[in-house]
Amino acid sequence: MKTAHEMLQSPALRRLVARRWAISLTLTALLFLAYYGFILLVALDKDRLATKVGTVTTLGIPVAVGVIVIAWALTAIYVSWANRVYDPAVDRLREELEK
Amino acid sequence: MNDGTPATTLGHPTAAAVGFFLLFVAITLAITWWAARRTRSTREFYAAGRSISPLQNGLALAGDYMSAASFLGIAGLVAMKGYDGMIYATGWLVGWPALLFLVAEPLRNLGKYTFADVVAFRLRQKPVRVASAIGGILTVLFYTIAQMVGSGNLIKLMFGIPYEWAVTLVGSVMLLYVLFGGMIATTWVQITKAVLLLVGVSVLTLMVLASFDWSPGSLYAAVAGQYGQAALEPGGLVTSPIDAVSLGLALMLGLLGLPHILMRFYTVPDARAARKSVLYATGFIGYFYVIIPIVGFGAAALVGRQLIGEIDKGGNMAAPLLAERLGGELFLGFIAAVAFATILAVVAGLTLAGASALSHDIYVHVVKGGEADEREQVRVARWATVVFGVLAVLLGMLFKGQNVAFMVGLAFAIACSANFPALLLSIVWRRFTTAGAVASILTGAVLTVALIVLSPTVWVDLLHRDVAPFPLRNPAIVSMTVSFLVGIVVSLMSREPTAEAFFDDEKLRTYLGVGAE
Repeated sequence: MKTAHEMLQSPALRRLVARRWAISLTLTALLFLAYYGFILLVALDKDRLATKVGTVTTLGIPVAVGVIVIAWALTAIYVSWANRVYDPAVDRLREELEK
Repeated sequence: MNDGTPATTLGHPTAAAVGFFLLFVAITLAITWWAARRTRSTREFYAAGRSISPLQNGLALAGDYMSAASFLGIAGLVAMKGYDGMIYATGWLVGWPALLFLVAEPLRNLGKYTFADVVAFRLRQKPVRVASAIGGILTVLFYTIAQMVGSGNLIKLMFGIPYEWAVTLVGSVMLLYVLFGGMIATTWVQITKAVLLLVGVSVLTLMVLASFDWSPGSLYAAVAGQYGQAALEPGGLVTSPIDAVSLGLALMLGLLGLPHILMRFYTVPDARAARKSVLYATGFIGYFYVIIPIVGFGAAALVGRQLIGEIDKGGNMAAPLLAERLGGELFLGFIAAVAFATILAVVAGLTLAGASALSHDIYVHVVKGGEADEREQVRVARWATVVFGVLAVLLGMLFKGQNVAFMVGLAFAIACSANFPALLLSIVWRRFTTAGAVASILTGAVLTVALIVLSPTVWVDLLHRDVAPFPLRNPAIVSMTVSFLVGIVVSLMSREPTAEAFFDDEKLRTYLGVGAE
């Protein structure tokens, strides 16, 4: 059993918090890369997005849909990590904590 | 095109449209009546008793976010401008993952009813509450003005009722929801509307695809055949990279400072439910923005830009006109009623957020110093709701005929420059101080408004000058950065030992949920 003070000093909590931010900041960086990459591509290289990938369909269409799909997939990755790893770790730490 | 016969019944209150609308109002008022009997405490009034499930909250969040502007506006933008509308659509989704990664769970664990609860958690209550309420209320007000003016115009276009009546009707019905049913009614109205909207747009999408042999390629070919290949290529919407990134920042990170969205995380039981609700919301909203361009392209191909533009220059009637073309008067009635329901529900959510800032942050924590009993708090919350609702109607009338499209952008810019930096810094940074929070919020709010006034949006488009003093249409990249810097620099200039000490206690609550409401 740990007091609140001991828990705050515990390496387990520190590791968990650090891990949580490492994962969420990595995912944020990937999100920025996907979205602002797309926006800058639109701003700087319109011709590339205007390339045809079908009879008339341009590359820009699947890319725009792709940004939305990536954004959702990143959300799903975080939720699945948090459900599998973060929540059980939180439960363990809370059990160690004195009421 | 339609020799002699009217091209559309839009603009006349058809039996179908009025019928569907009355049905929606009847159902939502029944929900309100049911909710009213469960709304006695502040926990119920502001946070639906924290009893909403992740799936329900996901739908309600999606409902709050899928406003008439995004439904009618983006479909219209795609119909009239083609691919540029799709670029805009992506920007509306990408805030959701960021909201989850950066603030959703700590927000749920630390706060009670408003985002100001989180910012003020370990800082001095009064100054931080006042500053947060200013940032929050400004955001909600600008958003509300845009919604009210938009609703007056749209309802006039769809049902043919005068602008003032439309605004008053929206104001009165939504006031009934919020006043009597609080967050419980507002949430269920939002869920009902989200389901109707998703079903309506899905059916519309299926009908478009069915008209083109279930092949998006044939749809694009029809669009390119009528309007040239340019309709499928990036056009003039994004030209300056800095302006584009600045708009993107406001759309993405502004979401993390929208009071009516943040408030929804207090309606679920815990941080885990908050997290799951974002996944549901992102799924629904992502799906919506993937299919809405099909509706827009379908309208361009099947209704035609000329007719859409004749009815409304901005293209807002693209989706309703398409519904009429494909499903007749009955389906048009359904889509028009859904659009009306959308406006009602979004304004109700905004009013509850505005009222909570007035009553919970300003009255209870500043005027009464945090000492007010439940009955008084609920009473004040209801009064604040009336004040905010009446204000919304009056502002809607005041801005009649004004071009208010930029006000949604302004709301997002203030949210990301005034509310978001203080919220994030208060969660992650031990040295953040009261002075830093107040300075950051006020700088963000004032700078955003000032830069928008000096931007081409106001200076060139509204005042018809040649050049604007500030070159960017969206100030977020400047105003948000300055707000972060001010918050950090001012915090570093002095120390606040109590705030630092509390940061440790806060950690157990932020990350483990110990002591969360």
